[in-house]
Amino acid sequence: MPAGRLAVRKTYKLFVGGAFPRSESGRTYEVRGANVALASRKDLRDAVVAARAAQPGWAGATPYLRGQILYRVAEMLEARAAEFGALGVAAAEVAAAVDRWVWYAGWADKVAQVRGNANAVAGPYFNLSVPEPLGVVGVVAPADGPLLALTSVLAPAVVTGNTAVVLAAAAHPAAALTLAEAVATADVPGGVVNLLTGRAAETAPWLAAHRDVDGLDLTGLTDADLARECESAAAETLTRVRRPAPEDFAADPGTGRLAAWLETKTVWHPKGR
Amino acid sequence: MVATQSADGAGPVGGDGPTGDAGPVGRGRPVGGDGPVLADVGRTDRALRGFLHGLPGVDEVGAARRTAQLATRSVKTTAKAYAVDLAIRMLDLTTLEGADTDGRVRSLCAKARRPDPADPGCPPVAAVCVYPSMVATAAAALRGTDVHLASVATAFPSGQAPTAVKLADTRAAVAAGADEIDMVISRGAFLSGRYAQVHDEIAAVRRECGPAHLKVILETGELGSLDQVRRASWLAMLAGADFVKTSTGKISPAATTPTVLVMLEAVRDFRAATGRQVGVKAAGGIRTTKEALRYLVLVEETVGAPWLSPRWFRFGASSLLNDLLLQRAKLATGAYHGPDYVTVD
Repeated sequence: MPAGRLAVRKTYKLFVGGAFPRSESGRTYEVRGANVALASRKDLRDAVVAARAAQPGWAGATPYLRGQILYRVAEMLEARAAEFGALGVAAAEVAAAVDRWVWYAGWADKVAQVRGNANAVAGPYFNLSVPEPLGVVGVVAPADGPLLALTSVLAPAVVTGNTAVVLAAAAHPAAALTLAEAVATADVPGGVVNLLTGRAAETAPWLAAHRDVDGLDLTGLTDADLARECESAAAETLTRVRRPAPEDFAADPGTGRLAAWLETKTVWHPKGR
Repeated sequence: MVATQSADGAGPVGGDGPTGDAGPVGRGRPVGGDGPVLADVGRTDRALRGFLHGLPGVDEVGAARRTAQLATRSVKTTAKAYAVDLAIRMLDLTTLEGADTDGRVRSLCAKARRPDPADPGCPPVAAVCVYPSMVATAAAALRGTDVHLASVATAFPSGQAPTAVKLADTRAAVAAGADEIDMVISRGAFLSGRYAQVHDEIAAVRRECGPAHLKVILETGELGSLDQVRRASWLAMLAGADFVKTSTGKISPAATTPTVLVMLEAVRDFRAATGRQVGVKAAGGIRTTKEALRYLVLVEETVGAPWLSPRWFRFGASSLLNDLLLQRAKLATGAYHGPDYVTVD
């Protein structure tokens, strides 16, 4: 490298609809020496529009394909291990996050076996219950760590065919956006994952009240008053809300988070004799 | 492009190019109060060509810049609420599909009367716009309301039919109950410079309309340049149009802000010259509230209050209404709305 070369530093922007726009407000905030976009409610609005537009196509993709694509996210993440290391993410956490993507990717074509059923009914019918995606899920990502916690809330939401609008933890935007870059280069259709950086306290109430959001994961909202406010705003339009107790993201995740964003469709089909 | 050039060089305008004193497109003063000249212009092909080619040229870059600058105008809160309601009142709710059925037209008419059934304060749209074969159905569904009934006619959207067929088309639509007729000009004749033919056809359709309003569709996406848009606007107005309309919505590009800017300037100058006010309808490709508000800003800044009413400015659109309703609900409730809360049409 020639002496006196200027440093080329990355600008951390939002991830909406497969693109990396700046905040429409033009605002930024500083995290560990880097300027990061500070999302506004209008960025949130755009993200929900992108998520809604992408949802039917993503839900319509075969489960096998969704699994392949999420596995590719794990591959892309693995390739960026050094970059995460430079951002201060522990190697063990990167490895755990990669494993978590692989684990959830495997669920894509298996969830129907676990959450679906052929029901015995009192009549000449095939009666099948199959899990269906809920729609657009809004996620307030937890601040428990830069990468594994975010992965643990994002992957289970999208693997079943939902699309997600994620408010990244304010303290860890760089790792979240590096994950977004991995997602963007992994054949995940634009709009399936949308990631906004900034202050959740500012944007979460808009996300909760948004009438086009079907599910709301408040895992990352630690302020009890704000969480309650979001819950009542979400209740206005019967949005499904998940506000779990603090959890250990390093532990076996189970299928609870997958199941939270599923609807069950039951089909009655007449059966000859 | 027009192959023929003005035979007698300078038309009524002389050398009056864009003056630059009224925006980049220039305030053309092509007739300067010379009434009798204008009345005679339509008499012959030669006079028409001389007049239309004598109109000042349009600065396309200037028009694009002017509209881009106006597009940055911010319309918020109470002004936005007013503008959204105004845009709804200016809307020609349109369905022009080969697959239109009586049921679809009836449900569209119901939506036109009460765009938001949950909110009695939501105004009705200006008109419903359908194909001539659907006029009777729509007329029955709109009876007793203030919603106008527009019908496209004259072999919409191509206009490629004998004049007798076009006139019969118009007559049938008016007889079935349409009080507004949207005709298309013969772009083939216009582009090959047969202005008198286009003029006479518009005048003949105007006579067939009787009491109905005549909107003349220029199909600006096929005219090639803003100079041609200005000429076509003047030609339509000289022939008796009550409205000039940008597009059929069947080809792209449809309505664009520079095109509408040129048409607004044409109707403004036409009123200054003759005292007769002509309306403008922007149709095709306008899908969002944001775009609609840009057109309203353009109207306000170009021709001002006299045109800022459903009588003189219209939007031709179908999906725009849902977005206006979502914006209206957002203003009313404070929460962002979704497409689950409006009808699918």
